[in-house]
Amino acid sequence: MSSIKISYPLMGNYEVAIFYLLSHTFKCDIIHPPKITTRTAEIGSKYSPDFVCAPFKYTLGTMIESLDKGANVIFQMGGGCRYGYYHELQRKILEDLGYDFKLINLISGGKQVNLLKIFKETNLPYHKIKAIYYGLITIKMVKYIDKIEDYIRIHRCFEVKKNSFNQLHQEMLNEMKKTKSLFHLKLIYHKYRRLFKKIKIKKPKNYIKVGIVGELYTLMEPFTNYQMEQLLSDMGVSVKRFTDVTYLLFKKKYKVKKFLKQHLLKYRMGADALDNIYHTKYLCEHNYDGIIHMKASFCTPEIAAMPIINQIAHEYKVPVLFFSMDMNTSETGVKTRLEAFYDMLEMRQK
Amino acid sequence: MGIPKALHYYYYKELWEPFFKKLDIDLIISPDTNPVMLDNGTKLVPDEMCLSMKLYFGHLVYLADKCDYILIPRIDRFDNDNQTCTNFLAIYDLASKLFDTKILNFNIDNDNNMRGGLFKIGKELGFSSKKVTQAYKYAIAYYKYSLKQKEIEQSNKLLSDRKKVLLISHPYNTYDSLIGKPIIKLFEDNDINIIYCDAFNIQKTNTLALKLSPNLYWKYSRDQIGSILLSDKVDGFLFLSSFPCGLDSLVNELVMRKLNKPYLNLVVDDNTSLAGVETRVESFIDVIN
Repeated sequence: MSSIKISYPLMGNYEVAIFYLLSHTFKCDIIHPPKITTRTAEIGSKYSPDFVCAPFKYTLGTMIESLDKGANVIFQMGGGCRYGYYHELQRKILEDLGYDFKLINLISGGKQVNLLKIFKETNLPYHKIKAIYYGLITIKMVKYIDKIEDYIRIHRCFEVKKNSFNQLHQEMLNEMKKTKSLFHLKLIYHKYRRLFKKIKIKKPKNYIKVGIVGELYTLMEPFTNYQMEQLLSDMGVSVKRFTDVTYLLFKKKYKVKKFLKQHLLKYRMGADALDNIYHTKYLCEHNYDGIIHMKASFCTPEIAAMPIINQIAHEYKVPVLFFSMDMNTSETGVKTRLEAFYDMLEMRQK
Repeated sequence: MGIPKALHYYYYKELWEPFFKKLDIDLIISPDTNPVMLDNGTKLVPDEMCLSMKLYFGHLVYLADKCDYILIPRIDRFDNDNQTCTNFLAIYDLASKLFDTKILNFNIDNDNNMRGGLFKIGKELGFSSKKVTQAYKYAIAYYKYSLKQKEIEQSNKLLSDRKKVLLISHPYNTYDSLIGKPIIKLFEDNDINIIYCDAFNIQKTNTLALKLSPNLYWKYSRDQIGSILLSDKVDGFLFLSSFPCGLDSLVNELVMRKLNKPYLNLVVDDNTSLAGVETRVESFIDVIN
């Protein structure tokens, strides 16, 4: 390989953090993965097996697009369900398509792989101390982004001037790209937190609160859920979501232990199914008006969780709306169902 | 006590049946799958769940009012590189929410094994540990013996001169009377021997599988695809999976890309017609011949 160019499949706004980390640790070109579009989805599903879950198709599509842009090293994450096995099939598919590249998987079978060994094998020029330092900054950055986005989801629906939240959010992300040090990052965060709190909002007396639970990729990548959160905000619904990268990486371990002590379920159910069941219970107990459950179609752990979520919601008499997102789900269909759900919630409130 | 004739049963029937018989427990094993069970199962769980799980819940519906206990184990993993299907993790909790019948349950993961599980159940039913030990020893001997028998039978089959096809599929699909049986019959009517992938030595296939796919961490998939490397005398491969099987969707696709012999990929779901399958099987047989 003459010159190394790194790329990665993207998810939500974390692209900022990942790009920041990679561009500072590796002394080589980093290629921005192109934003997911309908074309990405089309390419992805063309080369994927038929009944694999949707994230496989999206990430494969992004990989092909960034390989076309000239990348030759690609990072892929992995998780607890079949996500951990994606990389092997994706590598084979791409090799069969004639691409010359390396695919590096970070987590396999729920276990972290030995990164140092892999970096050595692949001859990636990296700086050890820098990697640790910028790794810390990136972790902090992700935490800040999650905190701000949580605030945005809850308050965006009350904004007086349209798009004021989104604009400021974009400005913050742009500024975070130029972070110089840990302290600088903290300054940025506090500055924008103040600015966000200053945005004019008009909170009505009665408003609808909805909790979103479900499969992580569909929740966090706005393209795959048809900007569901934005749609809800436009309707004037305040949204609560638990799953974000901070939760998955740092909080989940402790939460799951706590959850298991409550004896609603006896065992862990794979991926985030258990968390979602308990979050549903939390939402029901805290007077949320409705719950939206989202997943990519054929997501095995979530399918098993659905009947239990349904049962809990039935006990507390809270309505649930199930979405199963696929390439072929139409945006209008999603919108119609969402509007009907909203109307129902509104009528219940009266 | 009832055992549903689905999923785990096909893996461990030679272990469980003698164990519980030795303890003098009345075993009710649900009959072969019939369309009524499929119907019951489909009504109970979400439509997107895989066909084999729907059948499992169909069997549970059949058993629910006929016995005092139902055996529903939760088999998670044997070690980190030998995990099972994600659906298997959820079976117990799902069943305990959907049915009122008492459930006998044990768990297999990094810290617990099959022996511990069966001992736990023996104690729960009120047997002395001496009796349980006896029963377990008997059962495990029988289990090993039957595996050996299967292996010998298989190696004889491999030596025969007839055309052979290796069937790669989970045992709970292979031996199910709705999914696998009719398809196997089609092959046998056409004078073709079916080699079963689960009749090989499991330890051997499990390690061999890593040659085909170095990062595979599902035990049952590893047991299956390892058999491909042990059967170089077969004339073709038949992949059979239930729609939408999470493991097969990835593993089979990967393996198929590495084969250099004719293969057929059949995916069965709850409204597959046998006529369509017949046509595909016939053309596949023509290719082999």
